[in-house]
Amino acid sequence: MHPAFSVIIFTSLSGAGYGSLAILGALKYFDFFVINPLLGFLSSMIAILMVTIGLISSTTHLGHPRRAWRALSQWRSSWLSREGVFAVLTYFPGSIFCLSFLIPGAFDEIINVVCLLTTVFSLGTIYCTAKIYSSLKTIRQWNHQLVMPIYLIIGLFDGAILLLVLLAVFDSSQSFRFHYFIICLGTLAGLAKILYWWSIDNADSKSNTSTATGLGTPQEGVSMLDGPTTSETFIMREMGFVIARKHSRRLRLIAILTLSIIPISAVYLIAQDPMLISQIILSVIAIVFSYFGTIIERWLFFAEAKHVSMLYYGATKV
Amino acid sequence: MTSLPTNRSNTKLGLVIDLDICVGCHACAVNCKEWNSGGHSAPMTDWNTYSGTENKDGEDAGAWGVWFNRVHTFEVGKGQESKTVYFPRSCLHCDEPACVTVCPTGASYKREEDGIVLVNPDTCIGCKLCSWACPYGAREYDETDGVMKKCTLCIDKIYNENLEEIDRVPACVTTCPAGARSFGDLGDPNSDVSRLVEERGGYDLMPELDYRPVNKYLPPREPKENILDNEESFSIVSMAENVNNTHTADNSILKWVDTLLSR
Repeated sequence: MHPAFSVIIFTSLSGAGYGSLAILGALKYFDFFVINPLLGFLSSMIAILMVTIGLISSTTHLGHPRRAWRALSQWRSSWLSREGVFAVLTYFPGSIFCLSFLIPGAFDEIINVVCLLTTVFSLGTIYCTAKIYSSLKTIRQWNHQLVMPIYLIIGLFDGAILLLVLLAVFDSSQSFRFHYFIICLGTLAGLAKILYWWSIDNADSKSNTSTATGLGTPQEGVSMLDGPTTSETFIMREMGFVIARKHSRRLRLIAILTLSIIPISAVYLIAQDPMLISQIILSVIAIVFSYFGTIIERWLFFAEAKHVSMLYYGATKV
Repeated sequence: MTSLPTNRSNTKLGLVIDLDICVGCHACAVNCKEWNSGGHSAPMTDWNTYSGTENKDGEDAGAWGVWFNRVHTFEVGKGQESKTVYFPRSCLHCDEPACVTVCPTGASYKREEDGIVLVNPDTCIGCKLCSWACPYGAREYDETDGVMKKCTLCIDKIYNENLEEIDRVPACVTTCPAGARSFGDLGDPNSDVSRLVEERGGYDLMPELDYRPVNKYLPPREPKENILDNEESFSIVSMAENVNNTHTADNSILKWVDTLLSR
């Protein structure tokens, strides 16, 4: 599949934003630790900003961005529509949550509900994003049980690291339990990705050129002798992306290193070293690498996905 | 509404494509383009139509554009035993069209009355998700209009009362010079197309994905048993040997020369 840059930015940036809103809501709801008002306001503000940039970015790949509001209408059948609905819904509790740090006491009566809804809607949005991909039967690398958990884990991990940076700057005295929570998420993200890659490498598609054309058996072999056109078609451009595929082994290694190993090592060091300056430096290292790793991971997610329609265009295997 | 219709009629309009007859001339694809350039999803835009050097379209040098029907060529088997099969490919108007249910805006829909899958160009936002959901590569994005386009089964032709009844079939069917394409109601087991599918063993493409396509394909017929080994049957060699007897027999001068030389 062709990796649309706008969609990669959307899923990674918004994923991190929703992840951090979900964690903030849960932290406050369960009172894990007292969130410093400045930290609370800034982190939820930045998260909402990231979500918004991601959402705007995702509309740039549309043919008619101004009609995007229509996408909220088909939540009964479409995961893309459900994602849109959840994305919009998150703004309501999300902005009250953000304001509650600015105006102390103003929302005390509803703050628990607000926290809960912020977390549920944020996780719901990431869940729907993942379901857009994992519900497509046409791409076996996406129609996979691990796709949805991976989207949630990476979203929460990137979101948690954003909070880590702000914690280091504004409130370095906080509990180190949060650091071990991040290390767990990062380890889980890395392991889930390795399991996912192993699984897609060792599975076969039910579809092949024989089922696609109904001609001959796979043993006899059915191969494309001539395409329908002398130049590229939309289908070839959209579904037939192969540039990154030849580098996929190396990119997978880079993704694991930058998404998981380097950030969790940095977070581990932060947990060991209470010095403020090293906390800031290490948390910045963690966020830079994990966000870079997420983008590589998303790029691979697209580039390694093989659409069944390519069987009509000379692919022998999908 | 992109949920599938709940009160479906039994009518399932669709095509039956005979891979035994198709000669791969692309006339169906060309006439499809011609009719639909003025039809429901018009225009079907092209880029770099006349030149490979225009930069408008980025790095791709070739001409390209929106087509609802594409003719592929496949080789089945290898070597002497192989067959070349021409394979026209278009929207199959599936009974379970995921391209419809993934649509976030309601622009894609399946018609209750005849099962035709259409796109409303006024509400499509051009997100391309439907093209990802289609296993058959039937939907094509129009860069100029910013909307998705697809085969309409010539909805503006098959119901057009200004046309002679014989012409109320999709453009690809009208134009096929070999008669490889048939149009009709595949929901009615007694229709001509359903009987044709029954007789010839018509099949679904990628049945394993459960999209339940309405359009059916008829397989190439098996070749007659070892035609060259059979002495009774026609042979080019014996025809060549017999030319003497058939043609020269009537020419009296040659007959005289033949007699003379044969002494």
